[in-house]
Amino acid sequence: MVAHESRQGGPGAAAGTGGRRLGWFRGDDPFIWLCAGAVAFCLLMVSGLMGLILVRGMTYFWPAPVVEFEYTAPGASSVTLAGEIAHRQLVLPEQALDAPPAATGTHPERLLLKTGNRRIYGQDFRRIYSADLQNARYPEELTVFQRTEWGNLYGYLEALEVAGVRRSPDDALLQDLIARGADLRRQLRRLERGEGGRINGALEKLRLEERRLELDEAPADDARYVRLAEQRRTQQERYKNLEGRVGALRQQLERDRVWVRLASGERVEQTLGDILLAYRPNAMSLPQKLGFYLRGVLKFLGGEPREANTEGGIFPALFGTFIMVLGMSVLVTPFGVIAAIYLHENARQGLLTRLVRISVNNLAGVPSVVYGVFGLGFFVYFLGGSLDRLFYPEALPAPTFGTPGLIWASLTLGLLTVPVVIVATEEGLSRVPHSLREGSLALGATRSETLWRTVLPLTIPAMLTGLILAVARAAGEVAPLMLVGVVKLAPSLPVDGVFPYLHLERKFMHLGFHIYDVGFQSPNVEATQPLVYATTLVLVLLIVVLNLSAIYLRHRMREGYRDPGT
Amino acid sequence: MKTGGKAARPVDCNGISHGLARGRRLFDLLNNSLILVGGMAVIAACALIFLFLLYVVAPIFQSAEVRARSSFPTPGGGGDTLLYALEEQGGMALRVSGDGHAYFFNTRDGDLLKETTLLPAGAGPPVAFARGAPVYGGLALGLADGGVVLARCHFTAHYTAQGRQVTPVVEFPFTSAPFPVTPGGTAPVALGAALDAEQATVVAASAAGGFSLRLLRVQGRGKETDVLFGVPRAPESVVTELPYAGGRISRVFVNERQDRVFVIEEDRFLHFYDISRPGAPILLQKASLVEGETRVRSVTLQARGFSLLIGDSAGRVRQWFPARDAEGRETLRLVRTFSADGLGAITALAPELERRGFVVGDGTGRLALFHATSGHQLLLKQVAAGGIHQAAFSVRAEHLLVAAADARVSLWEVHNPHPELSWRALWDKIWYEGRNQPEWVWQSSAASADFEPKFSLTPLSFGTLKAAFYAMLFAIPLAVLGAICTAYFMAPRLRALVKPVIEIMEAVPTVILGFLAGLWFAPFVEGHLPAIFLILLLAPAAVIGAAWLWSHLPAAARSKLYGWEALPLVAVLVLAVAAAVQLSVPLEMLFFDGSMPQWIHARLGLDYDQRNSLVVGVAMGFAVIPTIFSISEDAVFSVPRHLSTGSLALGATRWQTLRRVVLVAALPGVFSAVMIGFGRAVGETMIVIMATGNTPITDWNLFEGFRALSANIAVELPEAEVGGSHYRLLFLSALLLFLVTFGLNTAAELVRLRLRRRYRAL
Repeated sequence: MVAHESRQGGPGAAAGTGGRRLGWFRGDDPFIWLCAGAVAFCLLMVSGLMGLILVRGMTYFWPAPVVEFEYTAPGASSVTLAGEIAHRQLVLPEQALDAPPAATGTHPERLLLKTGNRRIYGQDFRRIYSADLQNARYPEELTVFQRTEWGNLYGYLEALEVAGVRRSPDDALLQDLIARGADLRRQLRRLERGEGGRINGALEKLRLEERRLELDEAPADDARYVRLAEQRRTQQERYKNLEGRVGALRQQLERDRVWVRLASGERVEQTLGDILLAYRPNAMSLPQKLGFYLRGVLKFLGGEPREANTEGGIFPALFGTFIMVLGMSVLVTPFGVIAAIYLHENARQGLLTRLVRISVNNLAGVPSVVYGVFGLGFFVYFLGGSLDRLFYPEALPAPTFGTPGLIWASLTLGLLTVPVVIVATEEGLSRVPHSLREGSLALGATRSETLWRTVLPLTIPAMLTGLILAVARAAGEVAPLMLVGVVKLAPSLPVDGVFPYLHLERKFMHLGFHIYDVGFQSPNVEATQPLVYATTLVLVLLIVVLNLSAIYLRHRMREGYRDPGT
Repeated sequence: MKTGGKAARPVDCNGISHGLARGRRLFDLLNNSLILVGGMAVIAACALIFLFLLYVVAPIFQSAEVRARSSFPTPGGGGDTLLYALEEQGGMALRVSGDGHAYFFNTRDGDLLKETTLLPAGAGPPVAFARGAPVYGGLALGLADGGVVLARCHFTAHYTAQGRQVTPVVEFPFTSAPFPVTPGGTAPVALGAALDAEQATVVAASAAGGFSLRLLRVQGRGKETDVLFGVPRAPESVVTELPYAGGRISRVFVNERQDRVFVIEEDRFLHFYDISRPGAPILLQKASLVEGETRVRSVTLQARGFSLLIGDSAGRVRQWFPARDAEGRETLRLVRTFSADGLGAITALAPELERRGFVVGDGTGRLALFHATSGHQLLLKQVAAGGIHQAAFSVRAEHLLVAAADARVSLWEVHNPHPELSWRALWDKIWYEGRNQPEWVWQSSAASADFEPKFSLTPLSFGTLKAAFYAMLFAIPLAVLGAICTAYFMAPRLRALVKPVIEIMEAVPTVILGFLAGLWFAPFVEGHLPAIFLILLLAPAAVIGAAWLWSHLPAAARSKLYGWEALPLVAVLVLAVAAAVQLSVPLEMLFFDGSMPQWIHARLGLDYDQRNSLVVGVAMGFAVIPTIFSISEDAVFSVPRHLSTGSLALGATRWQTLRRVVLVAALPGVFSAVMIGFGRAVGETMIVIMATGNTPITDWNLFEGFRALSANIAVELPEAEVGGSHYRLLFLSALLLFLVTFGLNTAAELVRLRLRRRYRAL
């Protein structure tokens, strides 16, 4: 029970302080200090964890200097390379058999260098012992090109070609062209997502309507078939038209190109439309870097993931989490609040209440993965499958609701977080002074009226606390979601411009799952680590802020509604 | 605050509600029923989860059922029957008669659909017969002149507008002409065969001048054309002799991979050959199959032809399969014996075609269904008046054809969805085909088709317990000591600061803990293993050292720290941890030959995985600490004040009071906190997925990983076929987790309720 709130001082604060130097080790102090040490260790772990996430997550956006150096791989001739140092690591001797003789000391330091230029080198990252790094320098002209595909390109800007005309390297022009490319890409996306999505949706709807006619065993010469065919032709024409416009935009996008000389000497021709960003980290001043950093943060929060989630932003995951949590809140709040009222206000404190209490406790204690199993079996296959058979027979065997999706994830997490709301609300109810209730009843109000007009308004902060805690829990829960609707890459958001705008049956992305997936399922785990740290930071901040606000609300509530009767 | 308030309910106002307007009363009623529904919904939700899991799991433990579908006289007339076979959905069946005819018939009424002979024109009835690879439908018929006909009888299905159409097919995969096997045209007395589309192996026993064995290997399809000449290429056949010294040969079998031969002598002894090089066959073993007067009555190969099922006159079926002994020699081993009450001498034995189940018929018309691997008897039923002569399963074992002594054939529908799952199979060591001893194995899927899923929950449950054990080992001391300090020794202002921090600690999503444990902490531990053990030593030492130093401070300075000890200790611990990390590499160089993981492997013989139980223990300990901490802190804090003040007033020290008074009162609460923490550790999923290698091994080694029930569910459930054994088994794992946590939580809740009542009394 949290209800015990004593303001008494530390117990026995003044006891046992006599000058018992002798046999100090057999006295009280070592034990007391060991206990304090346990608390300190917990505090240290929490702060260490937060610090680690904070440092690793925040540095992801910082424009790291690009180092150029000579490197001789064993049995090969010397090459010049350029790249960012992603990671430094001390290597165990048995894993460092390939270390250069200069480094065969104890634990040689190995660098993970992002040398980029995957198309040419075949890899984005190289592991190089720091002893192998020769002649390291930081040339100011070295430019980093972030591309839509094939990762980063590191090199020197050599020439530009604008609409077939060769131009000398010009930074301002390059930035203009990149901005133009960004604009074109935006138009392209709008066309493909917006109109393309609408046409695809309409075509799919037509297919389903036709299938439904077939299921209803409409005669083959039914006029409706003709109408459907006509509509399909219209849509297909629209599609062709769209394809033409998309093609034109694509051509525009591929108009310009840029020549880049790599540190290792190769010349690379690069379509400008594929370049997202070009910057010279070694030439940046601190304010420039700060600006770059902030833009990076915004792009990360608002951008789409690229290259199988290993680059780009996390917007779909944030949005998916948000929508899922919203759906869950709609469900969990009334259910939890009513259950709490039952427990605290209405019930005779008998066997039934005890049963409810045990149920609440168990709902809180059941492992989350069990909720996932239940959600998959009951909501998805049982409820969803029945819905499909009843309302969407034309789409079968492709499931509509009979497959993991947003609505089932919300329902499952709703069930999972109900105890959180119940516990918080009940605590709020127990803080409403009895004198208020008695006053209301004495003035002739019914119990329901007392509840709705007097007690519940006072409990709103408690409900809010519960809801916030539930949301924080849902935002970080992954195991059940893996079973009931989360995917690594959702093709479209659950909310878009196609009727009915909110697509409850769609699969969605989720922040927590994003961390699991990118951190553990991507081909190059080490390369994606910084991005995972950044995502982790976002999730941790979200959850810490939610929890702190819940703690604050609860604190205020405790201070606010002191029972005047006591 | 007042806790008694909850018990005193609001005044019942029914007495004064007489004059209320109807609307108000209706609202009151509506409100009350809504709230009642809400309360009941909580119980319903909890019950629904349990009941639904149970509903999915229940079919696992149902025994099998067979239902008669039809019965008719033997199609194609009397005489011997060599073989029956059923089409996949049981609508059509095949009988090969003793005179070499193939009769395809309808299983509704036994009407003949197609009849053809398998023998070349002019040949007499076959003198020996063998079935090769039942799924393929291969047969070998031995002729009186020493030739062997290789044929294939099967069913093809295709879908038309009218639905599924089945066509019976008889073909000769190599040539329709007989292959000569036995020398001098002597009739074979027994035949063993295995066929597939590319190759056939036949072993024939002949009785001319003492018993001998000859091996025929046919390769290359007759339908293929020669590249050079453009004419059909004749299949190549080779005949070699197997070394044999013994009496009458009664039965011969060739396994489906065509590299082992089993020969049964006099219905008592077994000769086991390796023919992986047909030119140089090796006799691996000679063994006795039965004891005393018992004789072998019926023999068949198990599905996929790996093990031999031997039914004897004593009503037992024994399973033998090859395994390597301690010296690495391959021998056939008696693995399991099956028997059922009242089962007489075995007269018919038929394996399922895909699973490791089989059916047994005896001389009195009883039928028994078994599953070999689980050792599970699924059914015993009287299905005919006379003895059972033959039985045959359809491919998915949903139908069973039974031919009995009364010259009637009957079709039975078999409902036997999960024969491989039994309580014993889930928890005991099971000797699987291809393994050398009984083992606990969890392996739910594999690439090859003749794979048998291995469902032992023991390694998974072990993994769960191992994870929970190491987590608790880390969490209990920290959480309980921390809780005692916070509740009892700490200044209220610091306590108000520590509690939210612990709450935040509880809120950290486990996916983040798992990610950090797997990708940051695990490599760190591998690189600084001595540091971890050093921290265990250094941290308490540093704390005691700091306390000792503090005891030498002047009294004024000391008393300022009362209740605030934890804060300076954070700095002390930072120093201790930093020192441990710094000392790690030199220690490794000095004592562990440069690398402690390597040293553990070489000197202690323990395997070291990067993602191991140590990492999980710490990460999961982190997740469990706040749970234990909060609940035990609550328990210690709510011990009535007058108890401890009384003890202190009587002259006990703070520690004595804590140990003899406060802890005694709070112990049940602390215990329930540990239980709840344990429940959380058992069900935790993301940390165990991400911070272990997820290999299902059964070993307490701190430096190896494991596979936990929860992680297994999360990884495998999305891929499991809905309604299949694997799916239901994963639900069973979930049900187990549910029940364990239910038990722990309910027990903990009851303990706390009792405790609360006792405090109130004090």
